[in-house]
Amino acid sequence: MLATLSEAIALLSSLDPSVAGIAALSLRVSLAATAIGCAIGIPAGAFLAIARFPGRGAAIVALNALMGLPAVVVGLVIYLALSRSGPLGHLGLLFTPAAMVAAQAVLVTPLVAALSRQIVEDADAELGEQLRSLGLSAWRRVRALLLDVRFSLAVAVLAAFGRAIAEVGAVLVVGGNIAGHTRTMTTAISLETQKGDLALALALGIVLLGLVLVVNAAAAALRAHALRRHG
Amino acid sequence: MNLPLRIAGLVVEAGGRRVLDGIDLEIATRGITAVIGPNGAGKSTLLRALDGLVAPSAGRIGHGRDGAGPPPRRAFVFQRTALLRASVARNVALALEAEAVPAAEARARVAHALARVGLADRAQDAARRLSGGEQQRVAFARAWARAPELLLLDEPTASLDPATTEEIERLVVALRDAGTKILLVSHNLGQVGRLAEDVVVLAAGRVAEHGPVGTVFRRPATQAARAYLQGELPWQSFDASS
Repeated sequence: MLATLSEAIALLSSLDPSVAGIAALSLRVSLAATAIGCAIGIPAGAFLAIARFPGRGAAIVALNALMGLPAVVVGLVIYLALSRSGPLGHLGLLFTPAAMVAAQAVLVTPLVAALSRQIVEDADAELGEQLRSLGLSAWRRVRALLLDVRFSLAVAVLAAFGRAIAEVGAVLVVGGNIAGHTRTMTTAISLETQKGDLALALALGIVLLGLVLVVNAAAAALRAHALRRHG
Repeated sequence: MNLPLRIAGLVVEAGGRRVLDGIDLEIATRGITAVIGPNGAGKSTLLRALDGLVAPSAGRIGHGRDGAGPPPRRAFVFQRTALLRASVARNVALALEAEAVPAAEARARVAHALARVGLADRAQDAARRLSGGEQQRVAFARAWARAPELLLLDEPTASLDPATTEEIERLVVALRDAGTKILLVSHNLGQVGRLAEDVVVLAAGRVAEHGPVGTVFRRPATQAARAYLQGELPWQSFDASS
């Protein structure tokens, strides 16, 4: 194990330039999926936080359950939708980065929505009565609450990004792990492990962890700065 | 003017309990009316009902001389200031979002309101970074910007030091002098004596007494009012009907 680790560290200094391409694709796909997940999940979660309707409790339970969506099942469903005989087959997206983005977006949207719902609901408990007293519509209340919790929502965004970039099952099924086209860090690690090149797999894993660490550190620094500024 | 308020048989229930148990009141058009009574008497719930934040299960709130007018333009300052993590100006501007106020007019009204509470130079500061007293002044600026006919104050100085309390009381008087009718919930009887013209004593969700402050304070007519004013423990007394 230690020998593999030291070999992996040695490999890091001489990694093939194609690894940079794989890392870039991983980042691009995961960031795009996170952006889509946030664009849909944050407003959806916020409305669920302040809306009152029959079945709301069940909707929250269902949303929370969707956080545990099995990635390969999502991959399979997207695969069926995008395959030649599927309803979206004519788009020709199967085995493309776009398909991988779609699969990851499906995975992370419930995660963002569920976390946003909880964060906004907590803020509503503190501010909601004042906002209702000001006569604000539901839409304006959501906007005000989102403004208030914008720094806390960073947690939801990071959780989504973390799930997306670490995910392997869905991107493998809909992307196909095609070298130079749809190979991501996780699918490459999976492939190298199966081939028995554990040192290379570990080296790729270290790069992946480094990427996640850098993104989280940057977000934490931004959040700390914003909290110092806005309280 | 959509005042006075004519409250008849107002009942509000929460958790199977009658928090307001048949309130009958007429609140005058002008001045400051204080609402006092022990914890759990229904004071805050009465303000919330008047603001439409809780729905009564019975009774009605009439507005205007014939009781049939639209509700007055209102503002509510809560005990705990509810400010967004945003600038002071943004928090005050929130008061005008529900109205179709043109942007330039909104900016002018926000600036005017902040000037009235002495925070003109703090407009771009983070509201949550202000002291407790300054945050309460932001809440008053938010109320001021709405130019309310009726201002509901729920223990606005409960957690403030004496000097800040005096600042807030000056704001309350200035708002009253500007023509705003004020309903003030307070446990500070000295404050009630300084500010209010008339006082409503609530006990167990009912009006125990309503009259001029001097009269009620000097010669409370009911046992409930006497008990509260003399600082008796609420669970040892209270029969609102006596």
